[in-house]
Amino acid sequence: MKMIIVAGTPGSGKTAVLIHALRSLKQRGLNSSVIKIDCLYTDDGKKFEKIGIPTKVGLSMDMCPDHFAIYNIEDMIDWADENGSEYLVVETAGLCHRCAPYTVNSLGVCVIDATSGPNTPLKVGPFLSTADIAVITKGDMISQAEREIFRERILEVNPNCKVIEANGLSGQGCIELAEEIVKSPEVSLDEEKLRHSAPLAVCTLCVGETKVNKKHHRGILRRIDGFQTYEGE
Amino acid sequence: MIDKITIIGGYNKQGEKEPVEKVVINRGEIFGVVGPTGSGKSSLIGDIEQLAQRDTFSKRKILVNDEEPTYEDRTNPRKKMVAQLSQNMNFLADMSVGDFLSLHAKCRGASSKCVNAVVNLANTLTGEPIKNDHELTILSGGQSRALMVADVAIISDSPIVLIDEIENAGIRKHDALKVLSGHGKIVMVVTHDPVLALMTDRRIVMKSGGMDKVVGTSETEKSLSKKLNKIDEFMLSLRDKVRNGDIIEDIEIGDMGI
Repeated sequence: MKMIIVAGTPGSGKTAVLIHALRSLKQRGLNSSVIKIDCLYTDDGKKFEKIGIPTKVGLSMDMCPDHFAIYNIEDMIDWADENGSEYLVVETAGLCHRCAPYTVNSLGVCVIDATSGPNTPLKVGPFLSTADIAVITKGDMISQAEREIFRERILEVNPNCKVIEANGLSGQGCIELAEEIVKSPEVSLDEEKLRHSAPLAVCTLCVGETKVNKKHHRGILRRIDGFQTYEGE
Repeated sequence: MIDKITIIGGYNKQGEKEPVEKVVINRGEIFGVVGPTGSGKSSLIGDIEQLAQRDTFSKRKILVNDEEPTYEDRTNPRKKMVAQLSQNMNFLADMSVGDFLSLHAKCRGASSKCVNAVVNLANTLTGEPIKNDHELTILSGGQSRALMVADVAIISDSPIVLIDEIENAGIRKHDALKVLSGHGKIVMVVTHDPVLALMTDRRIVMKSGGMDKVVGTSETEKSLSKKLNKIDEFMLSLRDKVRNGDIIEDIEIGDMGI
């Protein structure tokens, strides 16, 4: 089994790009299964089913979607196995981009929208910096100059990634992504680890506190001046 | 030195083989791309910009000097052989004109000294002058396009130049074309404008996503092109009058000199 973990900002075109790439794999006789992870709602599952790819939707609800994805990896791989798929594609709606849901032996794909401005690559953290592939979408909406600056910024953050400029509407660049999917490593679940630790979130807010004042909060907390502390027993 | 590029045909939107199997464009040639909206003009330009290797949905292949370009040639902006002026009318990057141009110059391995040259050139093409400390996002459509033209001409100075519908720009299109098509370059112009289409040496006619045929500009068309130019200049002079608040009293067709 090869596992492809695709993360990206909402509306960046993850699904559109994947549909083109997976269709081209299918034409080559290679089977994939898709798990789409979102928070509250998604109808992207139907889009994958339309091109004949087995799809399962996971809604993380109150849990962080990336944590949810990581926690459920074994079940997802088992399910893809049952489908007889060579590739498991996990599309996740990671929200804060501080998480990078990529595991060591997966193919980590970060989809990033070129119209989000040339500073975005500097803002997003491990979700871009630990990816194997950065797919830049919507490049056709900006000038060549802006596109080149955007690409340079991505390489500043992640000098080793492969940059693919893709168009989710026309499918440009998606065959190149399919090519990388084919080349990705086999995942061995027993030894599998995350590339980057998930951000810390161990506090009363995590378990449902709604009061905002400082005195109500316990756990590992960080002040706006950068001071980090543990409050509690 | 790039002497020629070759477009090897792929498939149209229906998945049928394109009628034109191969087009060779030589150094110094100006080539047109015409066809109704949605006929695949911009996709063709996109294929050339990426130096596609049967890896786009048209499955076209682009050769440079009869050879396949390397991966590095295709992706590294410092090695890019292609400069493209797309249809975009606005910048989205949140920075000043000066910062933007020096960043782009850095990407392309050009000297940051060319920033002022770009702004000066842009200002010859548009009405209200652009300044280095202007925010990119507040520039008007015409100013943005003028700046994009000047950026392509000076910073992205490449042997292959692709221009997508320059007539929509609200700038002096002939001057812009002259600036972009410098000596010895391969130039491709996507256009709906007969004035520009007839200025080219040959033109590709697009139909439902495929290259339908290649038409050479005939001698008659070349002489007609001169007449069209005069009509165009006449229209431009009227445009300037309207822009400057003058009243148009009468139009003498004889003024066009055709």
